[in-house]
Amino acid sequence: MIRSLVTAAALLASASALAADTLKMAVTTSFHNSGLSDVLLPALKDDIGLEVRLIVVGTGQAIRLGEAGDVDAILVHSRRAEENFLAGGYGTHRREIMYNDFVLVGPSGDPAKIADATTAKEALTAIAKSQAPFASRGDDSGTHKMELALWSTAEIGEAERNPTWYNEAGAGMGATLNTAAGLNAYVLTDRASWLNFGNKQSLTLLFSGDPVLFNQYAYLPVSPDKHPHVAHDAAQQLEIWLTSPRAAELINSYTINGETLFTFNAENLLEAAE
Amino acid sequence: MAEIWQGITAAFWLIVTFDADLYEIAARSLLVTCSAVALAALVGLPLGAWLAVSRYRFRRLVIALLNALMGLPPVVVGLVVYLLLSRSGPFGVMGLLFTPWAMIIAQVVILTPLIASIAHQSIRDLWAEYHDLLISLNTTRPQRIKTLLWDSRRALLTAALAGFGRGIGEVGAIMIVGGNIDHVTRVMTTAIALETSKGDFALAIGLGFVLIGLAVAVNLALHMLSGTEVRDRW
Amino acid sequence: MVSILPLSLQSATVDKNGKRLLGPVDLELGNAGLTIVLGPNGAGKSTLLRLLHGLEKPSEGRLRYAAPRPVAYAQQAFVFQTPVMLRRTVLGNLTYPLTAHGTQRTEAQKQALTWLNMIGLAGHESQRASQLSGGERQKLALARALIRAPQLLFLDEPCANLDGASTRDIERLILKARDDGTRILMATHDLGQARRLASDVLFLNKGQIIESGPATAFFETPQTPEAQAFLKGDLVL
Repeated sequence: MIRSLVTAAALLASASALAADTLKMAVTTSFHNSGLSDVLLPALKDDIGLEVRLIVVGTGQAIRLGEAGDVDAILVHSRRAEENFLAGGYGTHRREIMYNDFVLVGPSGDPAKIADATTAKEALTAIAKSQAPFASRGDDSGTHKMELALWSTAEIGEAERNPTWYNEAGAGMGATLNTAAGLNAYVLTDRASWLNFGNKQSLTLLFSGDPVLFNQYAYLPVSPDKHPHVAHDAAQQLEIWLTSPRAAELINSYTINGETLFTFNAENLLEAAE
Repeated sequence: MAEIWQGITAAFWLIVTFDADLYEIAARSLLVTCSAVALAALVGLPLGAWLAVSRYRFRRLVIALLNALMGLPPVVVGLVVYLLLSRSGPFGVMGLLFTPWAMIIAQVVILTPLIASIAHQSIRDLWAEYHDLLISLNTTRPQRIKTLLWDSRRALLTAALAGFGRGIGEVGAIMIVGGNIDHVTRVMTTAIALETSKGDFALAIGLGFVLIGLAVAVNLALHMLSGTEVRDRW
Repeated sequence: MVSILPLSLQSATVDKNGKRLLGPVDLELGNAGLTIVLGPNGAGKSTLLRLLHGLEKPSEGRLRYAAPRPVAYAQQAFVFQTPVMLRRTVLGNLTYPLTAHGTQRTEAQKQALTWLNMIGLAGHESQRASQLSGGERQKLALARALIRAPQLLFLDEPCANLDGASTRDIERLILKARDDGTRILMATHDLGQARRLASDVLFLNKGQIIESGPATAFFETPQTPEAQAFLKGDLVL
């Protein structure tokens, strides 16, 4: 009895003690569900001895955690939200790491015929016109903001996106994909989450390749001026590693079923070994 | 439907091959919920007893409030605890957020009203029985509370098990304050949520079966240890 | 040991929900003897006992003991018509009053075992009290009441639900307690029992003490019509 109590206390104590070589990072569900973190984290641990603790949430919550100083860095993909974050003084800077693209998936029957579209704008207009079911993240995430931007370019306003066909899931990427699969609906998703998704049912990838669907991931360390307690040194070490040739190699060679998901595009590469 | 059968097989393999991740999150689930139940019982049982034996003006209101608190949505509790433990919040300096401690705290908040409410009801019934006798024997209020708690211990065990059941299956609060961090704050329920969101329903269901099995095992063990439900023994 | 007797009631009443259950009553309880409280059902016998013991508060009037309250409360015991058993063993029930007031466990168990022998329940220590028969429970309740040697013992129709043999055992124990010096106040509606045990009588009807006095005088020459009717076996209206 006593021994198990002591072990339990030790387990709890070790979990709460923040060692010098751990870092808490909020990342988006689209990044995590791609499976890339399962490759990067162990490599990080081996290379620079840094244990990264990922808190996987939507972009909005990730930004909120960064602003509160509850994490040491964030990795998101929403340019405008990132710029607001920096404007508020919560982050030191943003560093572009890699990009993937968004794709439109939908029912294999393709009632709106978006497979024939040449631009994303055309595809979305077709969906709106046919009033085919569409599942939206609806959660203020990077993916959601991209989707809203596309609707706006297609000049399809909120009024036209009515609930008979437009479903706001209010959830993460995986949950929204589940909803789309269940409703046999169109959905905008990042390619990585799609390839790694286990419940495709009769959904298939119908449209991709338009440059506007470009999805840039950026790394933003939380500002130690705003939050002196953050693990800033660790955050800098992580940035160096994330922009190193080693990371480039791991990211560019990460595939699912033979397809690459991400393209490394960090500039000013630095040597990983310091 | 195939997923359910796949889930059962997945669960079986994970258990039989001593899958390290499974055992880790199962152990953490038990650690978090058992600690929370212990703390919640420490507060809730005497509270329920004290409420049962005290006479005060707003008795009915307090009891109603206690019963209502049982219906607190766990997600809301999680949010409030997050705001309290956040670095930008009053207790941020303690660094408890995203650790098992935060999860235990959130669960204690959720479970205490439940345990206190059930305890209160059983003890109130026993107090009705013992009332004249304990007063006649010239006992003090703390003595009465102690006697009632001890003599109601079987019913109090039920209260604790109800708390355990609520806690082991809870996911909303601990997801927010724990962050579902791999190897740090991931437990059975948050893992199930994660696998579901990845569309891996079979694994999610498999984990679900393991969780149910765990809950059954704990209940059985407790009943065996306390000698309850044996033949006609109450 | 300070005596808590005589105790006195002055113009005391007990009212509940607008109904007067007892009173006004004036009473003085002296130092020795076994007083039987007699009367038809609903006369207020239980209420009187509970008032004297402190289980009811007087709505009007006062209750006084010869010693300060804390002492007085520690020197009394009460046996209820339906015995209340703690959900413990027979031994646990007996040791409870002792351990609750500071006696060490082992010493309490020793005393309890002696009492168990006295009341004929030797060998039943580890049995759950709930498994005893009605008569055995009442004997246990009586032993539990007497184990701290109270100066004042109240009994509220203790044999109302018991058979002849149990009644005889209980009466024997009550008489022994009286002989040991305990002041006893017992309510009953059993005339035979009253005649067997009483040294004096309080006769109640409709919440008032109609007649009181030494037992022989009461039984041979009751003064009031109600008492006469009751002793004859008629309904008292």
